[in-house]
Amino acid sequence: MNGLETTRKETKLKKKGSVPQANVPSGPLLKRKMAFEGTPLSGKDFEQGKVLFTTYKPKLAYAWDTGRAIGRYLQGLKEGRLLGVRCRHCDRTVIPPRAFCERCFRPIEEWVQLQDRGVINTFSISYVRWDAVRLEKPTLPAVIDIEGTSPRVGILHLLGEVDPKQIKVGMKVKAVWKAASERIGAITDIQYFKPE
Amino acid sequence: MDRRVAVIGIGTTGFRAASPEVSYREMIYEAAVKAYSDAGLAPDQIGSFIACSEDISEGTSIFDEYCPDQIGGARRPVHSVSGDGLHGIITAAMNIQTGLFETALVECHSKVSNCIDPVEIMNYALDPIYNRPLGEHPEFIAGLEMRRYLYESKAQPKDCAAVVQKNRAHALKNPWAAYPANLELEEIQDSPATFDPLREIDRAHHADGASVVILASADWVKKNRVKNPVWVKGMGWISEDPGLEMRPWGRSIATQKAAKMAYKQAGIRSPRSEIDFAEVDDTYSYKELQHLEDLWFFPLGGAAKAVRSGLTRSDGKFPVNVSGGCLGMGNAAEASGLQRVLEIVTQLRGEAGVRQLKRVRQAVAQSWRGIPTTSCAVAVLSKGVNS
Repeated sequence: MNGLETTRKETKLKKKGSVPQANVPSGPLLKRKMAFEGTPLSGKDFEQGKVLFTTYKPKLAYAWDTGRAIGRYLQGLKEGRLLGVRCRHCDRTVIPPRAFCERCFRPIEEWVQLQDRGVINTFSISYVRWDAVRLEKPTLPAVIDIEGTSPRVGILHLLGEVDPKQIKVGMKVKAVWKAASERIGAITDIQYFKPE
Repeated sequence: MDRRVAVIGIGTTGFRAASPEVSYREMIYEAAVKAYSDAGLAPDQIGSFIACSEDISEGTSIFDEYCPDQIGGARRPVHSVSGDGLHGIITAAMNIQTGLFETALVECHSKVSNCIDPVEIMNYALDPIYNRPLGEHPEFIAGLEMRRYLYESKAQPKDCAAVVQKNRAHALKNPWAAYPANLELEEIQDSPATFDPLREIDRAHHADGASVVILASADWVKKNRVKNPVWVKGMGWISEDPGLEMRPWGRSIATQKAAKMAYKQAGIRSPRSEIDFAEVDDTYSYKELQHLEDLWFFPLGGAAKAVRSGLTRSDGKFPVNVSGGCLGMGNAAEASGLQRVLEIVTQLRGEAGVRQLKRVRQAVAQSWRGIPTTSCAVAVLSKGVNS
C-alpha cells in the first residue's frame, strides 16, 4: 500500500549497487504491477476482522517489599511526618530515606524528622492526563526541595490551591495532608503542596 | 599487557523463599558490601558495573536506572544485561579484556516473591501469535523436553528422582540454600505428575536472593598481589532456535556449542578428565542430566548411569551441584547463574567448610535461561592460570 509504493519509488531512483538496497522482492513478482497495488486499510477493517491479528491482555501484578528504609518512611507519612536520613560521613540529609549512602556506600543509621515544607525546584503545567486525555484544568507536578535536606534533595509531588500562572521556581510551599483517618502509609497521604 | 581475567571477590545474601524484611536495594547492598569486603576493594576502584535483570520480573521498565546505587555504581559506568548471571560474568570479562577497565563488578538478584503470578511472566515469554493463544500453563514445555530427553537417552524418571534426592541433600550442607531436604527416592517418585513425565518435585522452587562477583585483569591481580584469584579460562554463550516447533527437544544444542566455545578458549580437550566438578542448571531435574551430557562429560544416557552410581554426589568422583543446585538452593532467576560461580570460587579457594571438595583445581559453570528459551552460557573457572 502506501509504504510499498514509497519503497518502489525509492528503488527506482537508486542506481545499481548503491547501498543500502531496499527490501523489494525481485523476479517475476516485480514485473506484475499488481504486487504493489492495494486498498488502504481503515479502522473498521480491523474491527470487522478483515485484517487478522492477535490480541493478548497481560495479567501482570506485583507487590513490592518496601524494606527497612522505605517502610519506615511510609509509616512516617501515615503518622503525618516527613522522615529523612542523614549520612554523617558525607554530611548529607536526604529524603526519601535509604538504608545506605549511594555516595560513600556506608550504612545510614541516623533518622531525622523534616519540616513538611520546602521550595519548588522545578515544575510543569500538565495539560494531558496519564491516559492522553486533554485537560481543561492542568495538573501541577513539581519537585520540592524539602527544608533541612542537602541541596538538590526533594520529593516529587503535586501542587494545589495555586494559580498556575503564579507558580515560580524557588516558591515556598507547604504540604496539605489527608485527614489522619484517611492516611494509609503512601505518598498520596500528602494531597499536594500549596504556597505558604 | 596481560588481559586474562580472574574473580577476586564474591558476596551473597544466600537464597530464601521470600524476603519481606528488605527491599531489593537493601538485599543487593548486603551482597555488594560482602563482595567489596571479600575483594578488599572500595566502589571507586571498580571500572565497570554490570547488572543482570529482566524488566518484566522487576515490574519496572528500563530497570537499568534502578541498578547503580546499591552496587556502588552511582555516577559510574553501569549497564544492564538482559541475561543470566553467567552472561554477566562473560560481559564483565570482555569489558576488562578491552583494556578499558582493570576491574568489573557483576550483580544479579531475584525478588520473584514480589511477582504475584510468576507463571504469567513465564507465559509472557511464549510467542504471542503461535503459542500463547493455546492458553496452556507454560511449564508443559518442560514436560515435552523431558519426554523427548528420556526417549533419546533411555534415562528413567527414577534417575531424575535421584537428581532431586542428591541436590536437596547437598543443600543440607549449604547455609545459602533455601530448600535442603533428606528425601527418600520413593517419596520423590510418588510426587504428583504436573506435566507428565514431569512431577511436582522435579521443579526447583522459586527463591529470593542477591549475589555479586568482582573480577579483575591479570595485571591488576599481579600488581595488587591478590592471594586467591580464580581465573575465568573459557567462556561460551549460544542462543538456539527460539521456536517451539523447530527445536531438537531432546538435547541442549546451545549448551553443546557454548561448551565447545569455552573449552577451546581454555585449551580443554577431554572435559571429563580435565574438569574436577561442575555446577550446572537443574531448574528441572532432567535438565541436570541433559546438561551434563551436552557439556560433553558423558555420552547420551551416561548422566543417568552416573547419578545412579553416585558418581555425581559430593563424595563421588565427579561432584555435580555440590551447592544443592536450583533444586536445593532455589531458583533465583539470573542470580542462580552467578551463584554457580560463587560456589566454584568458594570451592577452588578451599573456603567451602563442611561441603569442601578435596583436590579440586578446575570446574565448569553452566546456565540455561529457562522456559521457553534455548539460550545457554558456559564458563570454565580455574585455580591456576595454567592448570
